[in-house]
Amino acid sequence: MLDPVFRRLGTVALAGLLVGTAPAALFAETPADTLVLADAIDDIVALDPGEAYEFSGLDVVNNVYDGLVELDPTQGGAMVPGLAESWSVSDDGRTFSFKMKPGITFASGNPVRAEDAAWSLQRAIKLNKSPAFILGQFGWTPENVDSMVKADGDTLTLTVDKPYAPTFLYNCLTSGVASVVDKELVMPNEVAGDFGNEWLKSNSAGTGAYVLKSFKPNEGYILEANPTHWRGAPAIAKVFMQHVPEAATQRLQLEKGDIDIARELTPVDIEGLQGNADVKIQGDVGGQIFYLSFNQKNEQYKNPKLLDAMRWAVDYEGMANSFLKGNMVVHQAYLPKGYLGALDDQPYKLDIEKAKALVAESGIENPKIVLDVRNATDRMEMAQSIQNTFGQAGITVELNIGEGAEQLKRYRARQHDGTLQSWGPDYPDPHTNASAFSMNANNADDAGTGGLAYRNAYEPGELHGKTEAAVMERDGEARKAMYEEIQKAHRETSPFIVMFQIGYQTGLRANVGGFYTGGATDSAAYWTVTK
Amino acid sequence: MSEPLAVSPLARLAKSLIGIAVSLLFTFVGLLFVTFIIARIVPIDPVLSILGDRATDAQIAAERLRLGLDEPMWKQFGIYVWQALQGDFGVSIRTREPVIEEIARFFPATLELATLATLFGVALGVPAGVLAATKPGSWADQIVRLVGLMGYSMPVFWLGLMGLLLFYGVLGWVGGPGRLDAAFDMMFEFEVTAHTGMILIDTALAGRWDMFANAVSHIVLPAGLLGYLSMAYISRMTRSFMMNELGQEYITTARVKGMPESRVIWVHAMRNVMVPLITVVALSYASLLEGAVLTETIFGWPGLGSYITDALMANNMPAVMGGTIVVGMVYIGLNLLSDILYKLVDPRART
Repeated sequence: MLDPVFRRLGTVALAGLLVGTAPAALFAETPADTLVLADAIDDIVALDPGEAYEFSGLDVVNNVYDGLVELDPTQGGAMVPGLAESWSVSDDGRTFSFKMKPGITFASGNPVRAEDAAWSLQRAIKLNKSPAFILGQFGWTPENVDSMVKADGDTLTLTVDKPYAPTFLYNCLTSGVASVVDKELVMPNEVAGDFGNEWLKSNSAGTGAYVLKSFKPNEGYILEANPTHWRGAPAIAKVFMQHVPEAATQRLQLEKGDIDIARELTPVDIEGLQGNADVKIQGDVGGQIFYLSFNQKNEQYKNPKLLDAMRWAVDYEGMANSFLKGNMVVHQAYLPKGYLGALDDQPYKLDIEKAKALVAESGIENPKIVLDVRNATDRMEMAQSIQNTFGQAGITVELNIGEGAEQLKRYRARQHDGTLQSWGPDYPDPHTNASAFSMNANNADDAGTGGLAYRNAYEPGELHGKTEAAVMERDGEARKAMYEEIQKAHRETSPFIVMFQIGYQTGLRANVGGFYTGGATDSAAYWTVTK
Repeated sequence: MSEPLAVSPLARLAKSLIGIAVSLLFTFVGLLFVTFIIARIVPIDPVLSILGDRATDAQIAAERLRLGLDEPMWKQFGIYVWQALQGDFGVSIRTREPVIEEIARFFPATLELATLATLFGVALGVPAGVLAATKPGSWADQIVRLVGLMGYSMPVFWLGLMGLLLFYGVLGWVGGPGRLDAAFDMMFEFEVTAHTGMILIDTALAGRWDMFANAVSHIVLPAGLLGYLSMAYISRMTRSFMMNELGQEYITTARVKGMPESRVIWVHAMRNVMVPLITVVALSYASLLEGAVLTETIFGWPGLGSYITDALMANNMPAVMGGTIVVGMVYIGLNLLSDILYKLVDPRART
């Protein structure tokens, strides 16, 4: 007689097996007209263009809305007319007129009017969410914006408080917060004076190539093509973004063909995908830069020889070609590649002998540094390399490894000695980084302005004034030259050592073409994708 | 003696219910106290995590005032308890949505996964443990112990990735990460009403059996993996409880009386094994409901574990605290449930 326990066990095991061997019919093919992406999108706070201010959220905004001025993904991010046909600036540099392109409609079918464009900018200022300051830089406040931003017929007139560089305004108008929103569609959905902010959490009201069909935080979003899109209906009818935080999982899905694009692969995954004919890798830079900075409340960091010694004691190439490969590229000035006035040259390289000699010239006996480092793997690896090469040059580095938020607090309060940090630009104009790195109006301890120069107690001297002048320079070429000059002086005199710019590696199925991540200044474009 | 009549059964029931309610309240406030203290001890400035890197000192001071962080600690705790008792765990720093609503959205995915895994674990673990206990030292016992040991000692992260690689990547027997294939996921979004948030139940209610089958193919691997871990624990405990019972005199008596062995094991011994086993199962279920963080991350499963982890990474303390309280309540609830089940199973506990 068979043991009853055994009999039971057998049934259960059989059931388990049956469940395990699911027939292939259970799986739906990824439809040919659908683009399926996997990425970590838990950074999304909002999809309202007046509020979205994170990478993943701005990706959606970029595909669902358009601005007056656009960055063209097919031309490497060059500035092109968007919903405005042409624009001009008055002689005093304070009034800008934008003429709207005729005949464009929102996805709702409503015509795009100058009135919508004006309302959208007013709305962003009055909502006063995270990205509102980008527009607030032009002197617009919730109180005065109705008179500073005006629509008349097919013309939008923007008045700014000072004669800023026109390129400054145009660059800021390419950011997501300046998107044109469908007033007639949104206003009926307004709740308690929120300008439809709540409604736009799960709906869209733009002219973009896609409309938002669904968004579930930490799960994904679905976009559907807007057939009446003014650039022409996109080739891909549906976009499905799945939140997959784990890179190894994304890689598996990409290899299986269950997703078309994997956006969060690690260098290890990229390495593993080499030689797979079904998959291709596309590299691109992002806007974030990684730098060392030293607090000038410590007198030794005012010694130019010591600062110079440290610049020659970083193994830029060595790190970029080993553990940072695919994640970072060497970059030695504060404007990231892709920005107006970015410097691509690399004047510094590892030269221990030179660094040693400079330490000797500095007159500082056995210099010591306490370097604050966040407890993230790549940062700790960078810090160890720096500790090693600085040590060879005669500079002792002690690492203070800690949690990011805690270290940020120390940094802001100017309590650090040296620190390894990253910085991402806030909007696609050079002023965003220039003001942070080379302006410091008040270096007093209680000023608390939060700028990076301030945090390092660095007084930029004449660079402060030059940076202030650059944002007012009306000639685009001259403005570019000014930033180049400022950065050259900055990297030779300031207590900042910019080392790297972040790089992104995207994995795509071999049949997917035309995907553009947006580089340092823009967001991802789905409407250019074919498959 | 007329004394026993003085206390009516109804009064006794009321008394015990009040006792339970009071002890629940104390446990709950204790839980709130611990999360509150932890949130205040961690060196994360809640203001800085709301305003971000770029805020000026003046903005920070204004926000601190708005959040009531300038109030004395005891008052802050009082407000916190009062709000929590009304189901208000604050607002997520990231999304500015009520934490309780977000948890309500993520919890069903975890509930579905944990329930299925526990069913796997019990259905396989209990018979395996009994089998091993009845034949100690036999090859069957050795296998059960080996399988259990493996489940205990293998890192779940590795096991999950290997499982995905084998069953999804190479063999193609199961669906990949996420709760549905991309195509079905989109259909689900527009064609199925999410009554419960549990995909198996929602698709079945809607009669969408194609989607249901696809959902099964997605859940079977993570549920099987967690089920295996839970089975490893349950089978070991069952084995030791059962061996203990089988050594008791009442078992010998039953056997001497000529009772069939299956009845001795499954009825007489099992009734007594059930008592401690309920606690074991409840604890293992609770630990799965806490959200198997690593499993959820690997399988792209939008559950409570990944919610709490993401919140931790983003310094989103209200979400972390809310999640912790929900997990704590799950433990309290399951403890209560196993107490009640005890009383049903074990007559001694009724008095």
